[in-house]
Amino acid sequence: MLKVAAIGDRESVSGLKAIGMDVFSPERKEDCPGLLKSLCESDYGIIYITEEFGESTKDIIKKYDNKIIPSIILIPGVKNNTGEGVRSLNRSVERAVGSQLPD
Amino acid sequence: MAVMNVNPTRMELTNLKRKLVTARRGHKLLKDKRDELMRQFLLLVKENKELRKSVEMKIKKASAYMALASGEMSDNEISVALMLSGQKLTVDVEKKNIMSVAVPQFNVNYRIAEQNNARSYGFAFTSGDLDEAVSIYSSLTEDLLKLAEVEKTCQLLSAEIESTRRRVNALEHVLITDYEDTIRYITVKLDENERSNTTRLMKVKDIMLEKAHNYN
Repeated sequence: MLKVAAIGDRESVSGLKAIGMDVFSPERKEDCPGLLKSLCESDYGIIYITEEFGESTKDIIKKYDNKIIPSIILIPGVKNNTGEGVRSLNRSVERAVGSQLPD
Repeated sequence: MAVMNVNPTRMELTNLKRKLVTARRGHKLLKDKRDELMRQFLLLVKENKELRKSVEMKIKKASAYMALASGEMSDNEISVALMLSGQKLTVDVEKKNIMSVAVPQFNVNYRIAEQNNARSYGFAFTSGDLDEAVSIYSSLTEDLLKLAEVEKTCQLLSAEIESTRRRVNALEHVLITDYEDTIRYITVKLDENERSNTTRLMKVKDIMLEKAHNYN
């Protein structure tokens, strides 16, 4: 039985609280890596993080790429979207296939 | 041509031939594994892309409504309203096996079975935009979890495909070629020894005949 978390600015993720996720909105972005790390180490199965906040935590996300749990998923927020979610998918395609796939 | 550092003997030759057979069989199996992994991966990637597209669209829409709602209500009011649902989402993780890659499968548990519970706050003092946002979010739950599952699976599969492909290539272009070259080298060497032995014997025979009967 694992919990589900969401990290991001208040406007982007507070709605996820209504459907039962644990929502974290760190005031400062520097707190993000530490927060994500502690969530990964406790009993969270899925962690959604906005692209804006995910920017500073790339290393940690990468570290958990090859582990089954937790699954860290980038979602778009209200502002400052980087398109990293789609890009990381494309990266794993490139890693496996050796080139990009046509859409 | 890369010949391995071995003695050109019959024993080595037999050993190498046996190893070559094993390497070929391993190569074939790994190639099959890679092809099947690739097939599964491409299917999943397609699903992943579509899912991500629809989820991102819906989230953006919901975020827009949230932004509107936060214009009409204070942050605290929104937090209180959303807290009231008391809903708690947990997942059971099952491990599924795709070509010996363990991938997660998330089964959702709600503490409160009633899905519409997300809007259990009073409507009198909340914005209508909040209702919109929340209803989009609750319709999104399944897709979000599915996305987490598929995306994780894609990552794990791509890592496995990469390492399998490396193994296939290493077997095909390094190990098997080395074995073949070495086997050829030993065969040639043994044949050469055989021939040199024969000529030596012929020569010895000539010398002996000459000594015994003065033949020329």
